Amino acid sequence: MAANIHLEVVTPEKIVVSEEAQIVASPGSMGEFGVLSGHTPFLTTLKTGMIRYTDASGKENYVFVSGGFAEALPGKVTVLAESAEKSNDIDVKRAKEAFERAEKRLAEDRTREDIDFARARASLERATVRIRVAGIN
Amino acid sequence: MATLKDIQLKISAVKKTRQITKAMNMVAASRLRGAQSGMEAFRPFAGKFAEVLGSLAERAGEETNPLLVPKEEVKNIHVVLCTSDRGLCGGFNANLIEKAAAFMKEKAGADIAFSLTNFGKKGRDWCRKENLQIDSEHLGVVGTTIPFSIASTAGKTLVDAFLADTYDEVYIIYAEFVSMARQIPGLQQLLPIPPIETGETEESEAAGAYLPEHICEPSTDALLGDMLPKNVYVQIYSALLETSTSEHAARMMAMDNATKACNDMLENLTLVYNKARQAAITAELMDIVGGAEALKG
Repeated sequence: MAANIHLEVVTPEKIVVSEEAQIVASPGSMGEFGVLSGHTPFLTTLKTGMIRYTDASGKENYVFVSGGFAEALPGKVTVLAESAEKSNDIDVKRAKEAFERAEKRLAEDRTREDIDFARARASLERATVRIRVAGIN
Repeated sequence: MATLKDIQLKISAVKKTRQITKAMNMVAASRLRGAQSGMEAFRPFAGKFAEVLGSLAERAGEETNPLLVPKEEVKNIHVVLCTSDRGLCGGFNANLIEKAAAFMKEKAGADIAFSLTNFGKKGRDWCRKENLQIDSEHLGVVGTTIPFSIASTAGKTLVDAFLADTYDEVYIIYAEFVSMARQIPGLQQLLPIPPIETGETEESEAAGAYLPEHICEPSTDALLGDMLPKNVYVQIYSALLETSTSEHAARMMAMDNATKACNDMLENLTLVYNKARQAAITAELMDIVGGAEALKG
């Protein structure tokens, strides 16, 4: 079996993941990509989405990421994200609240100047993905 | 001369003050630990971020991104002033405000307009008093655990305003945490982003062999365009962290000094008290002896 690759997911507030993984799949902005050990150096921005990795014991793990980018080196994947949470650390209640709030905003009249629709959409997307990632296990 | 009772009152008052300053010192100390761990948690991110940004900047054409290009005419200068919400921390806020005032004086010109973003109540109060234009204010941020979203929201507003030519230059004034005993006001240019240092750190040199060969998606320039605004957020975040840490350190020092001053006062007051007590006893003895002598008489 191929050697493991070291995965590190870092946010400004803490190191979310730092462990050995067999394979890492991340939501690149140009499409999802998987990284195994020995990957060619690669740098990409990430969409709001889910990182999936199989840890050394073969267990699948899921991490929510938003607003970040990933760097892959032959022995290491580094993900720098504005926010990242492991699937079982996600606050589902908060995500649901954010979901409803964003939906309500988006339902408002589009000509209203006081609402930032782009932001509401981004917020809705984050909440949706969070709920989905949390629901996996 | 003060009576015994007065001195006693004064002593107990000083003791109570000492208790408060001691408690505040300990609170500041524990908050300081929190703030410092926040700074430490941020370090891996900041380090990696700077490394990647540096290697990207090296390869991308410098003039491609509008965030990097200085404006030809600078009319609107925006200052982000980070201070604390609360006082009792020595010259901490005064130093920051003085720095801001000196900076604006230096930059001042006939047709230059200043505007400010305030983090912290002390700076905001000062701006109000000086009738400066406050574009946005954030209270209750400095000195707590700061979520990154605050820095990114504020940063986004600044970047947008810069691109819309509302601001021509943006600076940030914050308290640099040098050591427990030293926090100096620091000034940094946020926008236009000053030339990015591509200087290799030790770590990036080790990994450096790979860097030039990175495949970039979508493209080097697009990546850089995505990272540059983030660089602004990162800088704001780090400034906020430093200011918070500095605030607690400054308060700890100030409270430590206050406690020491209380101790000195207590020592002096006790001396005065003992003297007064002795004088009273002597006076009473004199009275008794005098009385006895008179009776004998």
